[in-house]
Amino acid sequence: MTSTTVDHHHHAHGHLDHDDIDVFGFWIYIMTDCLLFATLFATFVVLRGATFGGPALGQLMSLPYVFGETMFLLASSFTYGLAMLSFYKQHRNWALTWLLVTVVCGAAFVFMEVREFIELYIEGHSFQTNAALSAFFTLVGTHGTHVSIGLIWMVLMIFQLFRYGTTAAINRRLTYLGLFWHFLDIVWIFVFTVVYLMGAV
Amino acid sequence: MTKHPKIRFGAKPKTLKSYFTGLILSLLLTVAAFYIVMKHDMTPTATYLTLAGLAVAQLFAQVICFLRLNTTREGASNTLAFVFSLLVVAVLVVGSLWIMWNLNANMM
Repeated sequence: MTSTTVDHHHHAHGHLDHDDIDVFGFWIYIMTDCLLFATLFATFVVLRGATFGGPALGQLMSLPYVFGETMFLLASSFTYGLAMLSFYKQHRNWALTWLLVTVVCGAAFVFMEVREFIELYIEGHSFQTNAALSAFFTLVGTHGTHVSIGLIWMVLMIFQLFRYGTTAAINRRLTYLGLFWHFLDIVWIFVFTVVYLMGAV
Repeated sequence: MTKHPKIRFGAKPKTLKSYFTGLILSLLLTVAAFYIVMKHDMTPTATYLTLAGLAVAQLFAQVICFLRLNTTREGASNTLAFVFSLLVVAVLVVGSLWIMWNLNANMM
């Protein structure tokens, strides 16, 4: 309590310390990433019917398969939360365990997506086939790339947490990654709704 | 003085309860979305509208339960940035579709 009061005197103008401002900055980056995805969604919706005489996108997708992908990504978002809760309680090993589970779920998601892309390519539905497929691969691939980068980042954080323990710096970095990871799950809601479900209506 | 002791990084406290609530809501909304498409019971227009509603509901479920956005003093700047982004995204997506559909109709 006393330390909080002292803290306030040091920051005469208010309520934010450096870490708060840094995390807010990262949040602004996440919001600009929203705009990137918004442009790709707009492009996709405009071009999704432009199949150049080929089959509609909806006929190329398997909904149960996409449901499986969705479950892996949602599970990883949840287990990331469990990792943070363990971190707050200073349980380093539990936090490490949950981060590993999160990596496994995220990797399963990326694996399934890459497999889907490869199967489409083998069947002759590639990026160059028509505008609809170009827009599809760009949108879904950009999301998948984000998830892959998040996975690399998470592996790095596992090493850092293992090496340095539950420090304030690690807390800040895991908060960044948490914002990024939950954000990607939120973008995926719109990917499976707009690309896969609306494509199958 | 007005500092809310539990707000950290502009986010409300993350609790096991908030994560479970978010997980269960997301599961229900996802299953409902896949169910109505695979069942094929509704007209296409009704299906599109329901899907959009379910997606937006899940957006809010995850933003509130996982990201813990809130309207307290400390969380307001994050929420304001979020609301502004929603506005820009809406202008961008709706505006693009409006222009492209008009263009398409006029080229016919």
